Amino acid sequence: MMMAEELRIGVFVCDCGTNIAGFLDVPEVCEYAKTLPDVVYVKENMYTCSNAGIQEIMDAIPKYRLNRVVVASCTPRTHEPLFRKACEDAGLNKFLFEFVNIRDQCSWVHQKEREKATEKAKDLVRMGVARARLLEPLEEIEIPVEKSSLIIGGGVAGMTAALSLAEQGFEVHLVERECTLGGLLNGINELYPSDRDAGALLDEMREKIEGEKRVHVYLESEVDHVDGYIGNFSVKLKGKSRDELKVGTIIVATGAQPYEPMYMYNYDEYENVITQYELERMLKEKKTGNWQKIVFIQCVGGRGERVRYCSRICCMNSIKNARLLRKLLPDAEIYIIHRGMQTYGTVYEEYVRKAREEGVRFVRVKDGVPTASSLEKRNGKLAVGFYHPGLRRKLEIDADLVVLATPLIQREDAKRISQLLKVPLGQDGFFFEAHVKLRPVDFATDGIFMAGSCRAPADINECMMQAMAAASRAAIPMAKGYVKTEPYTPTIDEERCMGCGVCVEVCPYGAMHLVEKNGRKVAENIPAACKGCGACGSSCVHRAISMGHFRDEQIMAQIDEVVT
Amino acid sequence: MKNVVVIGGGVAGIQASLDLAERGIHVYLVEKEPSIGGRMALLDKTMSTNDCSICILAPKMNDCFSHPNIEVLEYSEVVGLTGEAGDFTVKVRRKAKYVDASKCTGCGDCMEKCPTEIPNEYNSNLNKRKAIYLPFPQAVPRKATIDEEYCLKLTKNRCGLCQKICKAEAIDYTQKDTMVELSAAAIIVAVGLSVYDPRDLHEYGYGKYENVRTWMEYERLINAAGPTHGHLKCAPDGRRPKKVAFIQCVGSRDVKRCRWCSSVCCMVSIKSAMLANEHYNDLESYIFYSDLRVFSKRFYEYSKRGEKDYHITYIHARPGEIAEDKRTKNLTLYYENEDEGKVDALEVEMVVLATPILPAEDTVRIAETLGLEVDDDGFLKTVDYLQYPVETSKPGVYVAGCCERPKDITESVIQASAAAAKAAVLAEG
Repeated sequence: MMMAEELRIGVFVCDCGTNIAGFLDVPEVCEYAKTLPDVVYVKENMYTCSNAGIQEIMDAIPKYRLNRVVVASCTPRTHEPLFRKACEDAGLNKFLFEFVNIRDQCSWVHQKEREKATEKAKDLVRMGVARARLLEPLEEIEIPVEKSSLIIGGGVAGMTAALSLAEQGFEVHLVERECTLGGLLNGINELYPSDRDAGALLDEMREKIEGEKRVHVYLESEVDHVDGYIGNFSVKLKGKSRDELKVGTIIVATGAQPYEPMYMYNYDEYENVITQYELERMLKEKKTGNWQKIVFIQCVGGRGERVRYCSRICCMNSIKNARLLRKLLPDAEIYIIHRGMQTYGTVYEEYVRKAREEGVRFVRVKDGVPTASSLEKRNGKLAVGFYHPGLRRKLEIDADLVVLATPLIQREDAKRISQLLKVPLGQDGFFFEAHVKLRPVDFATDGIFMAGSCRAPADINECMMQAMAAASRAAIPMAKGYVKTEPYTPTIDEERCMGCGVCVEVCPYGAMHLVEKNGRKVAENIPAACKGCGACGSSCVHRAISMGHFRDEQIMAQIDEVVT
Repeated sequence: MKNVVVIGGGVAGIQASLDLAERGIHVYLVEKEPSIGGRMALLDKTMSTNDCSICILAPKMNDCFSHPNIEVLEYSEVVGLTGEAGDFTVKVRRKAKYVDASKCTGCGDCMEKCPTEIPNEYNSNLNKRKAIYLPFPQAVPRKATIDEEYCLKLTKNRCGLCQKICKAEAIDYTQKDTMVELSAAAIIVAVGLSVYDPRDLHEYGYGKYENVRTWMEYERLINAAGPTHGHLKCAPDGRRPKKVAFIQCVGSRDVKRCRWCSSVCCMVSIKSAMLANEHYNDLESYIFYSDLRVFSKRFYEYSKRGEKDYHITYIHARPGEIAEDKRTKNLTLYYENEDEGKVDALEVEMVVLATPILPAEDTVRIAETLGLEVDDDGFLKTVDYLQYPVETSKPGVYVAGCCERPKDITESVIQASAAAAKAAVLAEG
């Protein structure tokens, strides 16, 4: 604290036209503000946020030697950056500015109570001034960012992200645990909706990666250890490569795996009951049989059976293979038993229509119960029984081949990745994004992103889009070359800290850790990773943690003004 | 470092602009309405999390508008394009707002005094707005605009009240449209969507039966900032409904109308039914669907939660007809329940039609201006659906959001970031 300095507070009260002045007595609030300790200047503005209002703040700071500024107007959500900038431009540290919201909290909610609204505005101004007296100048922290990225997983999402980042000018380290790039796509025959050969696409992508000097591929390798934070991650690999890497950002693109339908529809017993992925391999190797009746059963293990969610891509996969089989075996009858085809959008809806025209038969059953009710071997055939809701009875199809459309599920090693990077998995086992709608490929932890089916089942188009999106997001700090953090980070009183580690546990951003100092453990903050949320501060029973700009004394001073 | 022009200031355009601006690229964001925000700004809650839509969007709108690297050209339209990838010149008409934006503080005094009332398109025409207006309370920028088509001063040289009342002296009836030329290395098109008008489906009586609404009208009705302050009201007496039916695929997945599936409507209806039940906890909803499309992350679980906790009944049927009771204005739906194999009828007080997402009205004009191909359904075409999901037929021009095909907010945001990655290469190159 700089107690030596004489406090000189300026208070600016906004009329907001009639938005505030129409519902409370602004001149009275101004007169009152003049009586508060250390307030040396008070000004009523018609609109504090207008060019004229901003100018008045900027003129008053040098003229009255103000070293704290309080604006009583609307909300910091929209206007704090503006007023802070005015202070900064006039030579005052912007963290010596305090916002009081007398619009939302007074004139808007007490429109018919002029006196009470005025009294409340006075209370809020008094509280603001009390806090302003204890504000301290702070500096934003700038942290340099390494211009390279680690991508975990070399499937279609990982490869696309790698190519995009390389195209944007960044070094990429692409780590794949198998001996070849491509992930699940290696086992796929054709791709919907263009019925393009999956192998051809993979070859094209591999070739591009090989030709890209900025992409370093580590096959048969895995991430062993990750340390650090945005801008400065140190990564250790294991397996074939044991390199140590320095990267600024990380993209998780570890993919998913098909669910194995053990003990469902006698999958483990009957030879001609196969999964979609086994069919893909047969088609790829051109080892199809002379099947006369083929039945696809959708949602085997999905939608509330073994997993709760809908796996999104299985409907289109079945249609794709049904259409292909229709071409290969023109005399065969092909059925898809489903619980509502998920052929969303323009292109997929057209695709399912084509399949219908070509003679693929769709049978819709009720959702919420297993798609087929029985499957038995009878006279060398597979009798698939299901309840037809429209006909209100059970029907059977004698099939030669039954294809089970099983969901994609999270890979077994996802938990390890999640612990390595300290990023969360959701209830469904997939990686959990920072915000479902607005930050769909970001983790809450800065500098770490996700793409593809490790996020949720996704098809090629969606994987590519997400990978490019993740590459765009990861490129931001790398292109800038630094990240700035607000100085709301905690300071730790090492005398008081007992090294209990509660703050480390509650921190959602991995920004607290324990370090050895003078032979004992104490908490330490990593400003680059810190969001200033205050979870550590409020959970510290020893009161060893003090949040920058929200110190206990500052908050208590405000509260004291209103309760005493 | 060169500029990028983003056309359309909905959530996709905002996301693309912010991604680019954050990494140091200067962006011109061209929006045809007086405010950025697009469709998302008008939605009540967003599906699967039931977050307040404007509450999560408004901070992004403000970030965008106040970003030092973003220049928002609101109330403007792109009218010409020359040059090629890496070196485009985009011609933009900035429409006259008749309000000096540097003086206007958005206080709203003028709107209170303006005597001219016209249907409020931002509230699905369910109430009126003034000839001088803010599109919605959270508009960004918060600056008034005079509608030259209806303003008495501009059309008949009468009135002038807004100028008299404006303490900031911001009203300027002499303003003219201006043309600006923007140089850009790349362009991102994110012009959004429009919604099908179901009047031609006579069997559902939209436009004739007062208690038949579209989903977009419903978004405004259930919204606390909407014309009924979030109260559902039914004709003839304004009573609130106890039973609401939602009909899916009204005009979509229909070879005579819109062939496509709009991807979002099943989830939108589930959300709407949940919100109705949250407002009135004895309210029951019936969702008539063809295939309940709940395919994205956590959507299926959401649909089940609707059934379990929000009194939603899913009925596999396309109602053939709705009849209105002349006296009570209640609506009876006739349908064949395909899960039960029987013909049935249901009486409700309100019906909400899930009409499809169409390309925005001026998509064709923009496609022509920029020289882009559209697909058979009128959406902007990408080079290859599979492999080049953001590249249009013209190099250097990328696409994001619903103008490419119907998609939800999450997917619009993903595509917007993807488009930004491509545009950045040209801008930084």
